[in-house]
Parts: sequence; structure tokens; C-alpha cells
Amino acid sequence: MTQMPDNPVANAEPVEMLLNMGPQHPSTHGVFRMVLWVDGEKIVDVVPHIGYLHRGSEKLCEGEQYNQVITLFDRMDYIANFNNEHLYCRAVEKLMGLEVSERSEYIRVILCELNRIASHMLFIATMGLDAGAMTPSMFCFRGRERIQGLFESVSGARMMHNYFRIGGLKEDVPEDFVQQVREVLDLVKKDTEESDKLLSFNEIFLARLKNIAVMTAEDAIDYGLTGPCLRASGVDYDVRKAAPYSVYDRFDFDVPIGLDGDCWDRYYLRVQEVYQSIRIVEQALDQLPEGDVTSSLGRRLLRPPAGEVYVRAENPRGELGVYLVSDGTDKPYRIKVRPPSFCNLSALRHMLRDSWIADSVVILGALDIVLGEVDR
Amino acid sequence: MPATILLAISLTDFIWLVVGLFIMFSVLSGVVLSLTWLERKLLGRLQLRLGPTRTGPMGILQPMADALKLILKEDIIPASSEKVLFWVAPIIVVVSAFMIWVTIPGSQNAVIQNLDMGLFYIIAFSVVGILGLVLAGWGSANKYGTLGGLRAAAQLISYEIPIIMVAISVGILAQSLDMREIVSQQDDYIFMLVQPLGLVIFFIAGLAEVGRTPFDIYFAESEIVGGPFVEYSGAHWSVFFLAEYINTFAIAALVVILFFGGWSGPWLSGDWGIVWFLFKVYMVIMVIFWVRGTFPRLRIDQLMAFAWKVMVPLSFLSVVMTAVYKFYEWPAWSLTLMSSAGLLVVGYLIYKRMTGPTKLVAEVRSRQEALEASRRASAPAGGN
Repeated sequence: MTQMPDNPVANAEPVEMLLNMGPQHPSTHGVFRMVLWVDGEKIVDVVPHIGYLHRGSEKLCEGEQYNQVITLFDRMDYIANFNNEHLYCRAVEKLMGLEVSERSEYIRVILCELNRIASHMLFIATMGLDAGAMTPSMFCFRGRERIQGLFESVSGARMMHNYFRIGGLKEDVPEDFVQQVREVLDLVKKDTEESDKLLSFNEIFLARLKNIAVMTAEDAIDYGLTGPCLRASGVDYDVRKAAPYSVYDRFDFDVPIGLDGDCWDRYYLRVQEVYQSIRIVEQALDQLPEGDVTSSLGRRLLRPPAGEVYVRAENPRGELGVYLVSDGTDKPYRIKVRPPSFCNLSALRHMLRDSWIADSVVILGALDIVLGEVDR
Repeated sequence: MPATILLAISLTDFIWLVVGLFIMFSVLSGVVLSLTWLERKLLGRLQLRLGPTRTGPMGILQPMADALKLILKEDIIPASSEKVLFWVAPIIVVVSAFMIWVTIPGSQNAVIQNLDMGLFYIIAFSVVGILGLVLAGWGSANKYGTLGGLRAAAQLISYEIPIIMVAISVGILAQSLDMREIVSQQDDYIFMLVQPLGLVIFFIAGLAEVGRTPFDIYFAESEIVGGPFVEYSGAHWSVFFLAEYINTFAIAALVVILFFGGWSGPWLSGDWGIVWFLFKVYMVIMVIFWVRGTFPRLRIDQLMAFAWKVMVPLSFLSVVMTAVYKFYEWPAWSLTLMSSAGLLVVGYLIYKRMTGPTKLVAEVRSRQEALEASRRASAPAGGN
């Protein structure tokens, strides 16, 4: 762990100005608050404040039956609902030793990867907005809307789907699902390419993001970064490859890594990941088997055996982990979540050191936090 | 105007002056309304949207709705603000914006008061607006506002120098600072052809001068949420808005007058040339809006570096080239050659900077592929 400097807030010179960014600031991506100490346009120190969206989700989980917890997981990372549902269902299934049908695993993976694409498109859009480019956001939102429409046709909701069940899915996908996904994928690919061409190698965009908030691989590991923020620093670590879960070991896909570990790498890595996710979904559609998707448990009240389990998954924002303790009753004894946004946010102070006020916006944007997950 | 000058002109002239100013005010307000509609519509098209559609055919009445809403809104003045500065700042900004237009001609006779030193007057007055922005930022007692005001001062003063230098080189070319004279000097060839470098510098510095993207740093919405305007609302804010669009229009008009031959054009003669003038100005403005729909925003230090390391030396080069050309009475194509060469060199350098990162990404990709290949070789990919 690198040594932190003495806290300049405590003995700040009078020339430094306290600048409050958030919780209502448009670029803090939710209700996040940064108290910046600035010397002119330079940032001297930052004190992040979280907790504005704290709903006590982990505690709430203890009062709900196992099947009801899924809705709470939907509301943690509200940009990547399917990924969250998937992880929780896997945790309980592992605890109970449940077998899940092939078809439901494939559908889960398809929906999770589509959700990753949607999440990354939202990131690309907001990254452009943070840097001051308005148009790419519209291109990306068009693609994201298409995926959201798909989700709606599958689960009936655009967000907070509550579609995965422990041991299976709520119901089978619509009949023309495969056809629909293929059409949407083609369009989404085009949308991504369009905003990629417009934004990624723009001279000004590069100047704004390249060599900003550089994290070396050692720093990134020390701070516990995961997901795109870690891979941007050149560490080849992806839970889907490192510890394959679900049916991820049956697909051929690459894990893009960055070179410098700066904000631009964090941005461009996600653009590349969109293409990789498209590859995964295409392969999954080809291999999609027939079969039953509903849980073998039916609608019984779940009482997993007493015990504890930890599972992890590669979410769009990083590694999401769930530690679940069961005491044999119909409600979980304890659920502890390792949210990737929260852990990635811990590097904010390190990244913001010696940067400009304008940088603080893109640095925070490139971390891609979701406050619902940070505060839980 | 000082009283002595007022006394020196006759009553008829005075009445005509007032009528002229009134017409100018009305026309400019109309232009601002048209510009807001055009910007919404054009940006909408660039961004896969329709823009306003509900207010009248093609949303043509949207500016009216906007104006009405702004006027009817409550005008909030923060309790901790410096009341006098808070009130004076918008007035300074908008008056200086209107003052510029006193001497910008739309055609040979469509001008309130043509001045021999017209160009000098315009550039002098375009700096005054900065004072209003700084006062607005300071007076609103808001930290974002203060930062924005200081950014505005730094940015606008830096970019004033290239503008002045290019104006000087145009003055040397035309041997006059009178706007009408500058236009009539472009009868044979428009100055854009002999001074492409000057045009590019003037256009870019002009964008910075009015704070359009990519130089919208002093009110950067995603950083300092509106900068000097952050505490303003209702009618006060609309005054800033008005001034911003009038300034954009003025910069476009200057580009047209200095480089595109103003109101001269085929088929239309005499004062009908104003049609050509308006056409050209709106074309330039559309380019400005197009840039806004395309580019991200620079950072303040990059902006200043660009001003002092690129724009200022180039604008000096432009003056020197024009002066040498005029002094030795070389043929016109020689200046075209020199100016284009300067532009090409700079363009090539920027291209080099752009391709650098692209190479970097190619390197990353090849490394990635090598990594994947080695992984496959070491552990053959198996199912399950």
C-alpha cells in the first residue's frame, strides 16, 4: 500500500478554496459528494462523502425470504440488474447444491452479457458528456434503448426485472427471442461503432483523457480495483476467465487489457468489451439448447441447509461478490456484498492527486460508479 | 454618446440614429430567436432527435415559448450576492454585445454608423463583455461562478491576441480598417483565398471568444455547472443568453466580412447584397453549431497552451507574411502559397499528434492477440 500524504484538510493554507461537488452536481453520477480542496484550478485534496443513497439493503435481505431477496439485488447496481440477480441466484444454488437446466444458464448468460453491453453503452455516453461531447450519448442511448426493449419483452420491465429464480427462470423467453436478439445485436454493433468513430480517437477527447489518473498495475491491485479499471492497468484478470462460472467456459472471447492505466484506457477498454460481449451472446445464441427453464423446486418455500458460501462474478463494473450465511430457516442469516463500485471508489483520492478540477469529473466518470451499489 | 457630439448633429440625424438603433435592436433580437431555433433543430438532427416539434410548424415558435418562460420566471437574487455587481453584470455584457453591431454593416448602406476605424472599434468593444462575466461570477458569491469568471477572463484575453493579429493582417491587406472598404477590396478575390491561415485562426479564436464548444470552458456544464451564470435565473439569465447569441452572430459576421467578401455575390446588386450577407453568416453559424455537436471540451490549461503556443505565434506569422507580401508587392498567389503552407505544416503536426495514440492502440491490440495465442497454446480450450 502506498503511503498516504498527511491530510492537508487539517492544516490547509488559507489560499486553498473548498469546493463542494455534489450531491446535486450533474457530473457526480448520482448522489455522490466530493469536497475538493483547490488551489486555483488545481486539486490539493479530496474528501469523498457517500451514504446519500443508503437503504440498508444488506440488512433488509435478512428480513426477506430467499426468493424475495432477488428484488433487493436488482436495486443495488441498477444499471446491471441481470448480473446482480444472476450472482445471488448462483449463491443460493451453490448453498443448496441445485442443478440448473442448461437452457436457463444460457439464457442467463445471454441476458447478463446484453446487460453488460447496455451498462457499457451508458458509460460511453456519460463519459462523452463528462468530457463535453453531447452527440455520442445519443448514439449510445439509441443502442441501449434497443436492449432495454428486449429486456422488457423478456421480463416485462425495463429495469428491476426480477426475472431470474433460484434454480431457473421465472418463465421461458418469448418465441422469437433468438431472432430479436440477433437483430438488436447487429444494430447495437453499428451504434457502438458510430460513437466509437466519433469519440474514441478525437484529438480533444484524447487530450482530456490520456495520461490522466494513471494507475500502475501494483497500485490498482493494492487498492483492490477490479473489472475494467483493473484491466486498464494491464492486469489480465477477469472472473469469467480466471474462475469460470455458469457456462462461460464454453465461449471463445478475449479479455481486453489497457496499456497505461489512464482514463482513456478505462474508456476504450469498455468499448472493446462491448464487442467481446456481442461475441459471447452470438455464440450463446448458436448453442442455445431446448429444455425447461423453470426451477425444479417449483414454488416451494426455500430452506437451504445451514452453512455459508461466497460466490463472485464479473459485473460490468468489476468483481461482485456475495457472502451468504444460512441458518437453515427460510430467510438468510446474513448477506454481505462486495460491490465493485465501492471498492473502485477507494482509489479516487489517489487518482485525483495533482489533477485539475475539470479532471475530477472525467476521473470519476471513468471509474463508472453506481451509487445504488456503493451505498447499498 | 457624449453630449457634445449629440449637440453637433442635427435633430433629423438624431432621430434617424434613434430609429436606426431601434431597428438594429429589433433585428438582432429576431436573429437571436432564429438562432436558438436553428441550434435546437440542427443539434437535434445531428443527435438523431427531431428537436422542437410541438410549438407551431417544425417547432418554429419554440423561441417564443422559451422567451415567455424566461420572462415569467421568478428572478432569484441570492441573499449573499453583491447586489450592485449582480445587477450591473448582465447589462455590461449585453450592451457591449449590441455596441459592436453599431458599426457592422449588413450591406453597403445597412449600417447605423460606419466608422473609419470600424474594425478597431469592434475588437475594442468585444473585450468589454469579459468584465461583465467576471463581475457576474464574483457578484453572485458562488464558487463555481467565481471560477467561471476567472476562467472567462483568462480565456478571452488570451484569444483576443490572435483575433487582433489576424484583424491587423486583414487591415494590411485591405489598407483600411473601414468595414465597407474591407469588403470592397475583396471584389477581385475574397481574402479567404489569400489568407486561409488567417481565416482558420480567426474562426478558432472566435469560437473561444464567444465560448462555443470546444472552448465552452467558462460555463462548462459538467464541471462548474454554468460558471458565471449559475446563480442567474429568469430575465437576468436570458440577457446573458441574448448576449451570447449576438456575439456568436457577430463573430460569424466578422468572418464573412473579413474573409468571404461580405455582401458581395452574384445576381444581387446594391443593398440586396444583404441577402448574400445573411446567407453567408448563417452558413458560418451552422458550422459553429456543427462543431458544437461534434467535439468534447478542452481543459483550461490545454486551452491556454493552445492559445499561447499555437495561435499566437501563428497569428504573428500571419501578420509578418501579409506585411512582407504587401511591402514587396508580390503577386497575390504568393501569399496564398505562404499562408497555405503555414496551415499545412500546423495541420500535419496536429495529425502526427492524433495518430500517436492510434499506433498505441494498435500495439495494445497486437499484444492482446499474442497473449491470447499463448494462452491457447499452453492450455487447449476445452468445453465444460
